[in-house]
Amino acid sequence: MLKNLLWRLTPAALVLVFLSGCLGEENLTALDPKGEAAQWIYDNMILSLVIMTLVSVIVFAIFFIIVVKFRRKEGDDELPKQVHGNTAMEITWTVIPVLLLIILFIPTVTGTFEFHVDADPAEHEDAVYINVTGHQYWWQFDYEEGFTAGQEVYIPVGERVVFELNAEDVIHSFWVPALGGKIDNIPGVSNALWLQAEEPGVYLGKCAELCGPSHALMDFKVIALERDEYDQWVDDMLAVEAEETAANAEAGYEVFQENACINCHAIGGEGMATGPTLTNFGDRQKFAGVYDIDDDEELANWIRNPEELKQGNNMPPHDISDDDMEDLIAYLRSLQVRPADADY
Amino acid sequence: MASYKKEKGVVWDWLTTVDHKKLGIMYLIAGTLFFLKAGLMAVFMRIQLIMPENSFLTGQTFNEFITMHGTIMLFLAATPLLFAFMNFVIPLQIGARDVAFPFVNALGFWIFLSGGLLLSTSWFFGGGPDAGWTAYVPLSLNEEQLGLDFYVLGLQVSGIGTLISAINFLVTIINMRAPGMTMMRLPLFVWTSFVTSTLILFAFTPLAAGLALLMLERIFDAQFFNPAAGGNVVIWQHIFWIFGHPEVYILVLPAFGIISEVIPAFSRKRLFGYTAMVFATMIIAFLGFMVWAHHMFTVGIGPVANSIFAIATMTIAVPTGIKIFNWLFTMWGGKITFNTAMLFASSFVPTFVLGGVTGVMLAMAPVDYLYHDTYFVVAHFHYIIVGGIVLALFAGLFYWYPKMFNHKLNEKLGVVFFILFTIGFHLTFFVQHFLGLMGMPRRVYTYLGGQGLDEFNMISTIGTFFMSAAVIVLVINIVYSAIKGERVIGINDPWDARTLEWATPTPVPEYNFAQTPQIRSLDPLFYEKVHGDGTMKPAEPVDDIHMPNGSILPVIISIGLYFLGFGLIMLEMAEPIVSPWIVVALGGLLTFGGMAMRSLKDDHGYHIPKSVVKADLKKLGGGK
Ligand code: HEM
Ligand SMILES: [Cu+2]
Repeated sequence: MLKNLLWRLTPAALVLVFLSGCLGEENLTALDPKGEAAQWIYDNMILSLVIMTLVSVIVFAIFFIIVVKFRRKEGDDELPKQVHGNTAMEITWTVIPVLLLIILFIPTVTGTFEFHVDADPAEHEDAVYINVTGHQYWWQFDYEEGFTAGQEVYIPVGERVVFELNAEDVIHSFWVPALGGKIDNIPGVSNALWLQAEEPGVYLGKCAELCGPSHALMDFKVIALERDEYDQWVDDMLAVEAEETAANAEAGYEVFQENACINCHAIGGEGMATGPTLTNFGDRQKFAGVYDIDDDEELANWIRNPEELKQGNNMPPHDISDDDMEDLIAYLRSLQVRPADADY
Repeated sequence: MASYKKEKGVVWDWLTTVDHKKLGIMYLIAGTLFFLKAGLMAVFMRIQLIMPENSFLTGQTFNEFITMHGTIMLFLAATPLLFAFMNFVIPLQIGARDVAFPFVNALGFWIFLSGGLLLSTSWFFGGGPDAGWTAYVPLSLNEEQLGLDFYVLGLQVSGIGTLISAINFLVTIINMRAPGMTMMRLPLFVWTSFVTSTLILFAFTPLAAGLALLMLERIFDAQFFNPAAGGNVVIWQHIFWIFGHPEVYILVLPAFGIISEVIPAFSRKRLFGYTAMVFATMIIAFLGFMVWAHHMFTVGIGPVANSIFAIATMTIAVPTGIKIFNWLFTMWGGKITFNTAMLFASSFVPTFVLGGVTGVMLAMAPVDYLYHDTYFVVAHFHYIIVGGIVLALFAGLFYWYPKMFNHKLNEKLGVVFFILFTIGFHLTFFVQHFLGLMGMPRRVYTYLGGQGLDEFNMISTIGTFFMSAAVIVLVINIVYSAIKGERVIGINDPWDARTLEWATPTPVPEYNFAQTPQIRSLDPLFYEKVHGDGTMKPAEPVDDIHMPNGSILPVIISIGLYFLGFGLIMLEMAEPIVSPWIVVALGGLLTFGGMAMRSLKDDHGYHIPKSVVKADLKKLGGGK
């Protein structure tokens, strides 16, 4: 009796928890889609879920009837009727699933073709085309206009944006749940994916393929702006030059130079991209993908000993005095291109 | 030729045994220990994930734990536990005295064990492998860690053991059936084991090839997978999944077999639609080979390939559905006894359906762009693996325990175990579906707070505690029953079951059947209960029984393989204590020396004289 009750209550309780509104965080969860691709996926997930729930309910119903009705009574030794099968019934439960599956075949095939895009910029001349490279453990975004961004990728609202996906070291996977599906970034292979954001905002992205000890910390953001703001941002990014950024925080810029940070972190068109580009570092919400950008202490920690915050990453430790660190951080924060009135 | 077996020490006896029943028990013990080890790692991983930004484990350790957990569970726990039952039960169910090649059977066990120990040795040399059980390149080519060398060689060695055991089962089932046991009278457990062994034959060979490539690349710097040198990263995934997908069916088909034995026994009805069940098994196995790329929908293999593999995958739902309904209608109209074995077997059906329906959802390729590599997948495959395979293993354990150990497991503790496990299982894995949809990738050692993932992770971890408590109750049950459990000595058929293994005396004599039985029907024992006097008719007069001798060579050959593997790994060590080649040579000497001895020495086995068999028959009852 108790057993029966438990059997029935466990799933029910769980469904209740779910219905009480835990859909996950806005702009992360795929259960609240914010883009065309995500919406398509969501709709078809619901379609399959409905069919599959139907199947499950039938099985569960039969199962519970059996459990209740066909228990052996104490002392009942009579043998039940031995049937060897029933061809009509067996054909029924072969044909019905086939019909249900045919309903699912159709969107499966159309969707696969709808989502496929070629990783060839020439094919996408009028779309925004961004080259994404996965690194252990950060993201590089190269724009056709000729500038590079790290960790945060800006896109215009309401347009299909094509992302070309590559990888530097190991396999990564580019995933923005609220906007659509994921495709892998594979060394030696160029894949592509399109996404579209319905409304302006900041969407959370994650790396979905195990890529080493800090795989869990390989988060990024997609920032969708209205078209005119986006154009403005592109122009601003193009205009940044390392020398000029120095004007804002001279002392910090010197620390930056002395420690050869530029050998790995580009600013504007200058420097290398072994590490994330810092052109608009001051606009970021997180550093290293997951740490709060406003936390000076954490940021200093990171620069002095990156291994501690992100195991296995490729940035070397830096020995920098407290005073220098203060200047350096002030300089990093001054690296902004965001329009003053932007509302994200 | 020795006339009768000489008395030897107990330990020596187990080290040299070639008796399928003892090997079954050894597989059971080894598999259980590996199961507990991998289970403990799972608990540690869930403790790490109980709250956001926890620092109980580091990312590196967590990755070693997921890799070892997955690898051990699949290769060193689930497979040997199923082999345990296959070894013990198959010869009994087909009326044979042993498997076709008893020596090879022992060899298979010891090689599997030495491969497993080789893999576990990684903990003493800087940590386990850390690239996931799938060992995707290039991550798995990372040179700093020896762990993956242990993965490659440990699996290579244990894979040889699995492969030769499978061949042995195939030959046994084809050749050793008692008179009248036609293929279409085989119990379903034997059928599924037969099909599984075929799958092993065709799936473990590509695995061996893949592991060889990976070994060459890691240890001898080949460039198969390096795009800079003209290699290809995706090739590994194809090779891996051509093995890896059938592997799931290798595990689940015998589980289906166990369910198909337990449900009829306790419903007191014959299996509904036997023929359809047999053909469904074969179709599932065939399709199992045709769908490997559904693990690779997000790799970018193109819309045509994705569509074909998606549709092929969904098709598997049809034969699986046939099985589900046939089980349900086996119970329908029956008189069902819900003891522990039947609780597990019957709850398998709806639980497995829950895993199966998410499988169909995953098969829709463009929707899989959402699910792939998220907790949705983790939930799905644990519903199949734990809700399917492990529930079946528990059902089989409680069902065959009396035949294997001559006493029953305690039923009260069994029911407590079942309830705790069921609650824990659904708590742990049901919410993980939502975690995946809410944006949690798999194989992450932590997640940020405030992303809406906290509650469900907490619930999931609490579920793990319930399952742990359940397993503790099982262990208590095993110990308690060994001391106080209901003895079934002299009771051949404690469940009033239907198949041939229950016609043997308990304890089962080493020769199983004093006289090979004559089979007259499907469910032969049940047939004799209804149409005869309840005992099997012998197909031959009482006579001397020829038995194989035990041998220590399997142990020696396996130790040799261990050192062969270990020596190759030493090539990668910075400062090996002795020259790796010495270890390789030593291993080679033991392995090939052992093989040579086996080939050169004539071993004719021994005979159990007619008089002894007759005396046994009188003591144990039965016989005409
Ligand atoms: C008994 C309770 C179990 C618990 C609590 C558990 C928990 C876990 C956890 C936390 C993970 C890591 C998930 C991730 O990818 O992020 C995992 C992965 C996995 N588990 Fe289990 N597990 C259990 C039983 C099993 C069993 C019985 C098997 C197989 C026979 C199994 C096979 C796997 C596999 C293959 C993986 C994937 C490993 C990888 O990604 O490399 N698990 N499990
Ligand atoms: Cu990554």
